[in-house]
Amino acid sequence: MSDLTHSTAAELAAKIHAGEVSSVEVTRAHLDRIGAIDETVHAFLHVDTDGALAAAQRVDDDVAAGRPVASPLAGVPLALKDVFATEGIPTTCGSKILENWIPPYDSTVARKLRDAGVVVLGKTNMDEFAMGSSTENSAYGVTRNPWDLDRIPGGSGGGSSASLAAFQAPLAIGTDTGGSIRQPASVTGTVGVKPTYGGVSRYGLVAFSSSLDQGGPCARTVLDAALLHEVIGGHDPLDSTSIDAPVPPVVAAAREGAAGDLRGLRVGVVREFTGEWYQDGVIAAFDQAVEALRGLGAEVVEVSCPHFDYALPAYYLIAPSECSSNLARFDAMRYGLRVGDENGNSAEQVMALTREAGFGAEVKRRVMVGTYALSSGYYDAYYGQAQKVRTLISRDFERAFGDVDVLVSPTTPTTAFRIGERVDDPVAMYRADLCTIPANLAGTPAMSVPAGLSDDDGLPVGLQVMAPALQEQRMYKVAAAYEAARDKAWGGPLINRVPELEVAAR
Amino acid sequence: MPNISREEVAHLARLARLAVTEDELDKFAGQLDVILQSVASVGEVAAQEIPPTSHAVPLRNVFRADEPRPGLSQQQALAGAPAVEEGRFRVPRILGEEA
Repeated sequence: MSDLTHSTAAELAAKIHAGEVSSVEVTRAHLDRIGAIDETVHAFLHVDTDGALAAAQRVDDDVAAGRPVASPLAGVPLALKDVFATEGIPTTCGSKILENWIPPYDSTVARKLRDAGVVVLGKTNMDEFAMGSSTENSAYGVTRNPWDLDRIPGGSGGGSSASLAAFQAPLAIGTDTGGSIRQPASVTGTVGVKPTYGGVSRYGLVAFSSSLDQGGPCARTVLDAALLHEVIGGHDPLDSTSIDAPVPPVVAAAREGAAGDLRGLRVGVVREFTGEWYQDGVIAAFDQAVEALRGLGAEVVEVSCPHFDYALPAYYLIAPSECSSNLARFDAMRYGLRVGDENGNSAEQVMALTREAGFGAEVKRRVMVGTYALSSGYYDAYYGQAQKVRTLISRDFERAFGDVDVLVSPTTPTTAFRIGERVDDPVAMYRADLCTIPANLAGTPAMSVPAGLSDDDGLPVGLQVMAPALQEQRMYKVAAAYEAARDKAWGGPLINRVPELEVAAR
Repeated sequence: MPNISREEVAHLARLARLAVTEDELDKFAGQLDVILQSVASVGEVAAQEIPPTSHAVPLRNVFRADEPRPGLSQQQALAGAPAVEEGRFRVPRILGEEA
């Protein structure tokens, strides 16, 4: 076990910038860790050893020459979800249809990371086109949860969450359309943040559901997530849905929260997020977290958001509808796979044969559900109704935030489930997103912070904290305060309880 | 409400340009039916007078100055293409035999 791989991003940055350790050393330590255990965990689809070491060297050169470093995270390694276009580095979205595709341009998130001197180690595994809650829908094999290798690391960003819990990277980037940052964070005992819709640029993020997709930071501590949030956030003229406003002061909020004083803050517990689908150990851990918030001085009240129960069905109409349109770009003409271009087959036949060969089952299901929901005759009953539900959910949030500062719930109803358990039961898989989806539909920010281990299976549970649009600082403050109290109660960071992975254990 | 037949799945697959197999038709017919049953509850709540939301953030047109800026070079644009001929994307025929 190396101190470098078990340090926080903030600690690493301080040491690198002070010249106590080089970024190249830090980067090598993480590349070595990936080399030793990724055969077991399979968090990465591509490791960019040369690019990472070159980026690290540039930071070291700045430090050696006494030049100011590019950002507070300069020199710190990061794992990037394979849904962001990276110039010269393969980008597959976990799909066969993009196998070996090398983008000719950088996404804004990738560019911002490079400009900030963040060292991108490689690209992480994910459910194909971010459709899934377990990373089992990747065309390139499953990722294993470092807490229990027979269990899923969440999804769609399971590669990013697993890389953090396996100490392969101190920082990662995810995308959250219905919970794909927060649910993986919850089941791996890590921190994951979905910013306000439009808070992080979507330029070069391969689109799944454009009105919901949102990139965001993943880390092992709240402060690290905040530092990364400020690096990747902000207005981007290349994304017309990007918010033209300053990034909320999340780093200051995380530091303030760590002092552990939540007096004067009103916390709402969402009444609807409990019931038959919730594991007992998850509810118990959540109740304890709420008690901890009360202990920090917060006033806790129960809040009803009656339409949240309809968020899941609305989402599973809106997201497939948008994906059926977005994925029409995979037509086998300009990039990606082409199959059946022979025997005088027409462009239409080649397109259908290519998509049949290149898409996995879940992508096909969603494309067809979306096609159905958008068909004339069904449009009003499905897509139209789902859009109205979206309005009702936004109104529930508005009413709730008129009364409380933040809302809390479990992040997902269960701990990590077993690999294979839900693959042939799409609706059971969808229930993993029960608590995360409302924030996507309303465009409001939300995050997951580890809330101890479930007493029935010893696996991590997540506390979800939700805030009003562009009020990220509120949830960071609450999460940081809770994190400090939790570490005190557990006698140290929860993440240190991850079982030590044997090198080449399998 | 829904009861998705094999024929309907075949129709959806055609519309979505998916050359699904016979086995998939059987599998997807059952699964799409379950999925659509489970989402049909959206019909229960939203009354006529509720305005639809298509987007979380109210969108206005976003303009930029009408000034040229460099895009991809021809070489870059073609780099990921499945087939290239004479510096262009080569595509299969787009018209039927009878045309």
